[in-house]
Amino acid sequence: MRHRREGNTPHTAAAVSAPLSALPPPGGVMEHGSVTDSTASTFSIMDEDHTLANSVRFVLNQDPRVAFCGYSIPHPADNKVNIRVQTTGDSAKDVLKDSLQDLMVMCQHVRGTLDTAVTDFRQNNPTDMNVDLNKK
Amino acid sequence: MPKKGTKKGKSADDEPKEQNKLPEHLEVQRTRVVCKADAPTEGFQYAGAFAAMGIDNSVSVDKFCKNFKVMVNRLTEDDMEFDMIGIDASIANAFRRILIAEVPTMAIEKVLMVDNTSVIADEVLSHRLGLIPLDADPRLFEYISENDVPNERNTIVYKLHVSCKRGSPRLTVKSGDLEWLPEGSQLPLASPAQSGDKQKTYTSFGQSQKDIFEKPLGVKFKDITIARLGPGQAIELEVHAVKGVGKVHAKWSPVATAWYRMLPEVVFREEIRDDAAEKLVKKCPVNVFDIEDLGNGEKRAVVARPRACTLCRECVMGPTGEQVELRRVRDHFIFTIESTGALPPEVLFTEAVRNLEEKCERVISELS
Repeated sequence: MRHRREGNTPHTAAAVSAPLSALPPPGGVMEHGSVTDSTASTFSIMDEDHTLANSVRFVLNQDPRVAFCGYSIPHPADNKVNIRVQTTGDSAKDVLKDSLQDLMVMCQHVRGTLDTAVTDFRQNNPTDMNVDLNKK
Repeated sequence: MPKKGTKKGKSADDEPKEQNKLPEHLEVQRTRVVCKADAPTEGFQYAGAFAAMGIDNSVSVDKFCKNFKVMVNRLTEDDMEFDMIGIDASIANAFRRILIAEVPTMAIEKVLMVDNTSVIADEVLSHRLGLIPLDADPRLFEYISENDVPNERNTIVYKLHVSCKRGSPRLTVKSGDLEWLPEGSQLPLASPAQSGDKQKTYTSFGQSQKDIFEKPLGVKFKDITIARLGPGQAIELEVHAVKGVGKVHAKWSPVATAWYRMLPEVVFREEIRDDAAEKLVKKCPVNVFDIEDLGNGEKRAVVARPRACTLCRECVMGPTGEQVELRRVRDHFIFTIESTGALPPEVLFTEAVRNLEEKCERVISELS
């Protein structure tokens, strides 16, 4: 039987069941590849979904070393994604790692840019800032 | 910047080639989604799509950092709209998904029912309590796991004790009636073994939450109706709020909703004049078009408010179908965040981005 994440359980007084809030311990990452050929591998990532897989797929697709990449979620009830990476010669694992690194750099840039934009907006609209400060 | 020596060298070589412009129709296919009367057209994403023409369609990190822009349109205490330009839909969507399902908040998870003589059933009342937004910064709390004892770092306790006197009119119980218990639960777990022992309760707080948190941990809105009591009815209960994420239960979602839309672009292929222009202006339910007076009684339709366009496609159906083209800019997102109040929207977005970084970091560390 497949394990299903408990969703809408009612909260009753006596039911001191397992807290739903506890996050599952982060699962592992498995590489399914071949011993002789490191240029093509499928990576199984536990406890991830479209959020990470689609972003990584996009970044991988931008890498000139990648010949093919794609991802799938084998079953909607499984908390797992498979990311397939085939390269033109480099190790698939290294390319995936570089992509993740790139994605992180992009995220940091997004964060920095947004912070600046918010600061600018607050400076140009001081009334809003006053409201915010008063309420905090 | 990660080891991108080879890539950097390549993009520098490509610099003069980038002067090459794609023909207009291909540039539209590359950067726009065209919405025809029946269906939108798909474009290209593949990095080498135009390699044969000497045009690089890839987005390297350097290029991304150079082109990425954010413009804030509206920012209030719990509402924000901003334009995100130069990012792919997959990453914008990741931010949206994380905002809804993976940025943590505090929400009521356990209800210890002492007395409930109201007409609303225990489980329905509990569910209503769970959905009340709390004014507590989740970053200051820890997750509680199965074997953890509820303490001042992972649990907030509230008490609700209301009753409606006999002979008085009906009483509405509001979320403001929830009283914060900074010292923890007041319900005894078992009678103490010795008379000198401290009474054990459902929580074991080491210190008062008043000493830890700067401001009281109340509810965000005090006017949410929880229940109604008739004369002689009463509710007495205690609730425990814990930290969680929206994918477990929507009550932990920090946003009412978060969404984005691509920037609409309305283009005239040829001029629309006089009667046809009047008809077009009338046809659009969100008033995208205006009339421009050309003098000597001639009129022309102009696109005045393209951002208002909802892509109802009313203007591309019927007689003006060939003259108007509806497009969306592929890498321009109008992102809106409606916070439920635990954190301000700009902080929520920052948290979401950081969450994506953590995911990457986790996978990198597990790969090596």
